[in-house]
Amino acid sequence: MTLFVKRLAKSENGFTKEEFSMFKHENEDSSGLYCEKLNVSINGNHILKDVSLKIPKNKITCIVGPSGCGKSTLLKTFNRIIDMTEGVKISGKIMLGSENIADMSFNDLTEIRRRIGLVPQRPCPLPMSIYDNIAYGCRIHGITKRKDLNKIVVHYLNEVGLWNEVRNRLQTPATGLSIGQQQRLCLARSIAVEPEIILADEATSALDPVSSKIVEDLFVRLKEDYTIVMVTHTLRQALRIADYAIFIYMGKVVEEGPAKEVFENPQNELTKNYLLGVFS
Amino acid sequence: MNINSKRLLKEKTMGGAMFFITILSLLLVVVMGVGLYMKSSPIFNELSLLDILTAREWRPAKSQFGFFPFVMGTVWVTLIAIIIAFPISLFTALYLTEYAKSVVRKYVYPALDILAALPSVIYGVWGTLVVVPWISKKLGPVFVDYTSGYTVLAAGIVLGIMILPLLVSLFVEIFSTVPMAMREVSLALGSTRWQLSTKVIMKKSLPGIFATIVLAVSRALGETIAVLMVCGNVPQIPHSIFDACYPIPALIANNYGEMLSMPLYEAALMLAATILFVVVLVFNLTSRIVLRRISKND
Repeated sequence: MTLFVKRLAKSENGFTKEEFSMFKHENEDSSGLYCEKLNVSINGNHILKDVSLKIPKNKITCIVGPSGCGKSTLLKTFNRIIDMTEGVKISGKIMLGSENIADMSFNDLTEIRRRIGLVPQRPCPLPMSIYDNIAYGCRIHGITKRKDLNKIVVHYLNEVGLWNEVRNRLQTPATGLSIGQQQRLCLARSIAVEPEIILADEATSALDPVSSKIVEDLFVRLKEDYTIVMVTHTLRQALRIADYAIFIYMGKVVEEGPAKEVFENPQNELTKNYLLGVFS
Repeated sequence: MNINSKRLLKEKTMGGAMFFITILSLLLVVVMGVGLYMKSSPIFNELSLLDILTAREWRPAKSQFGFFPFVMGTVWVTLIAIIIAFPISLFTALYLTEYAKSVVRKYVYPALDILAALPSVIYGVWGTLVVVPWISKKLGPVFVDYTSGYTVLAAGIVLGIMILPLLVSLFVEIFSTVPMAMREVSLALGSTRWQLSTKVIMKKSLPGIFATIVLAVSRALGETIAVLMVCGNVPQIPHSIFDACYPIPALIANNYGEMLSMPLYEAALMLAATILFVVVLVFNLTSRIVLRRISKND
C-alpha cells in the first residue's frame, strides 16, 4: 500500500490544465455555451419557454429563481440528462461551439457529456473505491493505462484538496468518506474527464456549512479553467460567488447580466421582489 | 352495551382472530416439516443419512434406497435451467430498466406476469410436444448416437423457461433500487448505457443478483410436473445432458401411493421429501433475508 502511494505521490501535481491534458481536444470549438429559443416540455407541461441566453466563459454563472421555476430543468437540459425523464420534448438550440446539443442522438451525446461535467445535488459516489470513482470517467472514455490513471487520480484529488485526506485509503469504498469529502470527490470525478463546463445543481445544499464553504471556494478557484453554471437556492451564495446571474421565473428568463448589476440594481419588478424576499 | 364499545369489541376480536389465522398458516410449515421427518425416521434404523445420499442403487424391493442418482438428476436439471435462464433474464431486465421506453415496459410486464401464472403442466406439455422431439431428432443426433429426447437437457430447458419470469421480475426490482442519481452521474460523465449497466448497475446489484439466483434455484429444485413430463424418469446418474434423469420431486410424485407395502419404501420417499423441504426452505430464507436487506438499504 505504501509503495503504491509513494509511486503515486511521485506524479504529484503542479501542472496547468493544458499541460496535464490526457484527452484530445481537437475538434472542440470552445466558443462557449449558449441557447436560443429553447423550449422544454415534460408530458405536455411547458417548463421552459423561449429561453435564450449566453453562458460567459470562465465565469461563475448562477441561475436563481423560486422553486419550480425551471432552473434545474434548464441545467439538466444543457447536458441532456433531462432525457432520463419520461415524456420530455426539447426544441430550439443549445449550442456548444458549433454543435447543437438539443437535437443530438444518444451516441453523440456521450462525447458532449464529457465536455459538460455535472456535480449532483447530493453527493453521489459510484459503488466503487475512491480511486475507481475518479478513474471511472477516464476508463469509459478509453484511458486505461494504469500509469495514466494513477496520474489522473492524484492530480484531480489534489485539485479538490482531497489527496492528503484520502491518500492512504484510495482503495476503500467511496461511501466511507464524509458527505463533504464525497462532494469534493464528485467534483474531482467530473473534472477528471476534462470538461469545459461544469454544471452544479445546488451542489452545496446537502452539505454542512464548513464543507459548503470549502466546495464554494473550490468553484471560485476552478473558474480559471472552467466555465461554471450553478443553480442555487441560496441567494447569499449567489451574491458571494456569482459573476453572472440569470433570474428565471415561471420558465422564462426575466433578467440576466453581470451579477453585480442584477443583484444590486435589478431592472425588472419581479427580480426586485424576489431579491427583497417577497416570494421565494 | 353502547355502540362505541360494541365496535371496539369487534375491532379487538377481529384483530385477535386474524392474528391467529396468520400464525396458523405459518405453523403449518413447521407441522409439515416435523411430519415429514417423523414419517421418514424409520429408515434411519437401517441406514444412515450419508449412506442413503451416496448410495447408487435404487431397488426398493430389495430395500436398497440409493438417493445419489436422484440428487444428481436434481442438480443437473437445476444447473442447466439456471445456466439457460440467468443470462436471458439478466439482459432482459437490464434492457427493461436501462434501455426500454415506458411503452415497452407497459406491455412486457403484464406479459411476464402471464408467463409466471401459467400452470406448470402447460410448460410440461409444451416440452413434450416441442422440446423433446427437437432434441431427439435435431439436436441430439449432432452429438450422440441415440437419445429419446426425454433428457436432462429437455428438463433443463423447460425449467429454465419456467423460472424466467420470476428471475426477470426480481432483477427488474433490484435494478430499480439503484438510485436515479447514480445513473445521472454515470451518463453525465459520458458513459454509454451499456457501460452504465455493467460498471454501475450490475456492480451495485451484485448481492441482489446472487440472492435472486438462490431464490430461483430453490424454485427450480421443487418444480415437479413439468420436469417429470420431460426428464425420462430413469433412476441413473446422468453422464451427459442427453441422458435421461430422475430428479427428487419426480421420484416422489411418481411413486408415492404405489407399492407402499414394501418395507421402508414410504420412509425413503418421505426422506426425499424432507430433504427437498429443508433445502428449499434454507435457500428461500437466505435469499429473502439478503433481498430484504438490499431494499432496506436504499
